[in-house]
Amino acid sequence: MAAPQRLFDIRRVIGGLFLLYGLILTVTGLFDGAQEIQKAEGIRINLWTGIAMLVVGGAFLLWERLRPADAPASSDASSGDEE
Amino acid sequence: MPDAQLLAAQDLRLDVNLLDYVILALYFLVVLGIGFAARRAVRTSLDFFLSGRALPAWITGLAFMSANLGATEILGMAANGAQYGLMTVHYYWIGAVPAMVFLGVVMMPFYYRSKVHSVPEFMRRRFNGATQLLNASTFALAQILIAGINLYALGLVMDALLGWPLWVSIIVAAAIVLAYITLGGLSSAIYNEVMQFFVIVAALVPIVVIGLTRVGGFSGLGEKVKQGVLGEGGLHTWAQTGGTDNPMSANWIGLVLGLGFVLSFGYWTTNFAEVQRALSARNTNAARLTPIVAAYPKLVIPIVTVIPGLVAVVLFGNLGKDGGPTYNEAIPLLMNEFLPNGVLGIAVTGLLASFMAGVAANISGFNTVFTYDIWKSHVNGDHSDEWYVRLGRIATTGGIVAGIGAAFIAAGFSNIMNYLQSLFSFFNAPLFATFIIGLFWRRMTAWAGFWGLLSGTVCAFASYILYKTGVLDFGTELNASFWGAGIAFVVDAIVSVVVTLVTTPKPQSELRGLVYGLSDASLSDDALAGDAAWYRSPVILGAGAVVLAAAFYLPFL
Repeated sequence: MAAPQRLFDIRRVIGGLFLLYGLILTVTGLFDGAQEIQKAEGIRINLWTGIAMLVVGGAFLLWERLRPADAPASSDASSGDEE
Repeated sequence: MPDAQLLAAQDLRLDVNLLDYVILALYFLVVLGIGFAARRAVRTSLDFFLSGRALPAWITGLAFMSANLGATEILGMAANGAQYGLMTVHYYWIGAVPAMVFLGVVMMPFYYRSKVHSVPEFMRRRFNGATQLLNASTFALAQILIAGINLYALGLVMDALLGWPLWVSIIVAAAIVLAYITLGGLSSAIYNEVMQFFVIVAALVPIVVIGLTRVGGFSGLGEKVKQGVLGEGGLHTWAQTGGTDNPMSANWIGLVLGLGFVLSFGYWTTNFAEVQRALSARNTNAARLTPIVAAYPKLVIPIVTVIPGLVAVVLFGNLGKDGGPTYNEAIPLLMNEFLPNGVLGIAVTGLLASFMAGVAANISGFNTVFTYDIWKSHVNGDHSDEWYVRLGRIATTGGIVAGIGAAFIAAGFSNIMNYLQSLFSFFNAPLFATFIIGLFWRRMTAWAGFWGLLSGTVCAFASYILYKTGVLDFGTELNASFWGAGIAFVVDAIVSVVVTLVTTPKPQSELRGLVYGLSDASLSDDALAGDAAWYRSPVILGAGAVVLAAAFYLPFL
């Protein structure tokens, strides 16, 4: 964590939420019965959406890990007082 | 922009269970968590109203697009897809992308580098305080009313889908928006918009996939649309626009000049609820990239709005007919038809999230304009910075309460609110005229700005009222908004020129950085390392978006 006034990274929040949603949907999808699958035209939609959300969530976390918030070049903290 | 037409309450009740509610509750928790976490980053008024001007372009860009991707927009564009067929893509490819690119390439340097907090403040710098107050007042009033219309539409949808009483949904949604904006200011609003974008996409993609499977893929969909009520015309965008024998009854001049120029440029380039996102970017380049980054998703959004609309009109033969469901119910009907519990929860969450993001965009625009452009500039400007942050929080509360009030007025007089919604859709046309003339014509005087804007706005009102009372006959609502916007634009321009010729221009020293050709040499270059790369060039990326928009038309001429 940097200086306290720096805003947290939204990529972590989206990544976390999508991993959680992905997990919930994937588990639900694994236990979907014939009725749920039939409703979605034979597609295991919970399972596939769950897996896709896991991938997207993971990608956000990976992105944040590989490229942490760009350090601002100019003096970030002083920008509030310039007027 | 679409009407907040109303959803009827029958036949739409979704079979939600505990799982879906857990998904929804998790979202609310995260939204409030963002508010609390963002609060720690708010120390100055700049933090509260403009996120400290520290955000990268991808965040401000997605927020820029999300601020426009409210639920009324999504439901409305699916409705247009069902009603007009593929011509609906005009709202995206000619009615949005060129204006967004223009904003980024041409106008944003003036907005951002003048370091203004808002569009009305720019009007004060370029013209005078009276122009600022006029623009700020109409904007603030419009935001409150639109927030109310959004809240009311949200209440109706939740009532129809989940059986929640109207006022419970309105107050719960308003309370959540109030909490996270009061806490974290614009940062909260923007972060939630970015998150909402991904959730709404996750909600809509399954509907598209299952829907296309049901109708036999793209070719099956095309075949069935051709045989349906829309016929061949539903599959084309420009065919038959030489006359009016097309689903939209619009000719190409109306589409290009009305939708593509006056309406679109007015909305995208001067609407502060949008521009505010770009002003929060971390440097000039990121601000310019904001609307351009937004243009790329905007290009492909029709896949998740227009296609569901077409699927719905194919599947539900009575859609839009007397006694059948309304066009606005296309997406809720498909949710009900296709989605099992789990994904259904995501879809409900996405819908609710996009309603709230719409309200949040209105309110965060309102509190900034109220605080800076009405109170600080015209009532009392002598307080400390913390005092204005406090005022901003109070204005947020006041704005939300007024929005709830407007929602209840909408519930009682839904016709009036629908009229106002249509009126606001071309409200920005005169503002665009004033702005663009002031930008390129140095001589334009301060009072020309004021009188041009006032007469243009009055004309927009007048033409719409005359149309509604039957004095003027424009045929359709769409045509009326084109003419209303066109008249307002032209009157604004004429009055601006005439008043300029009889008043004294501002000295050049006061116009530096505010008009074309008079740059402000005292501003240092704020480019960051990496900004020189081609993939961060506003001109290259902007040109790419316009070329893609044109190319996307080719298969659907």
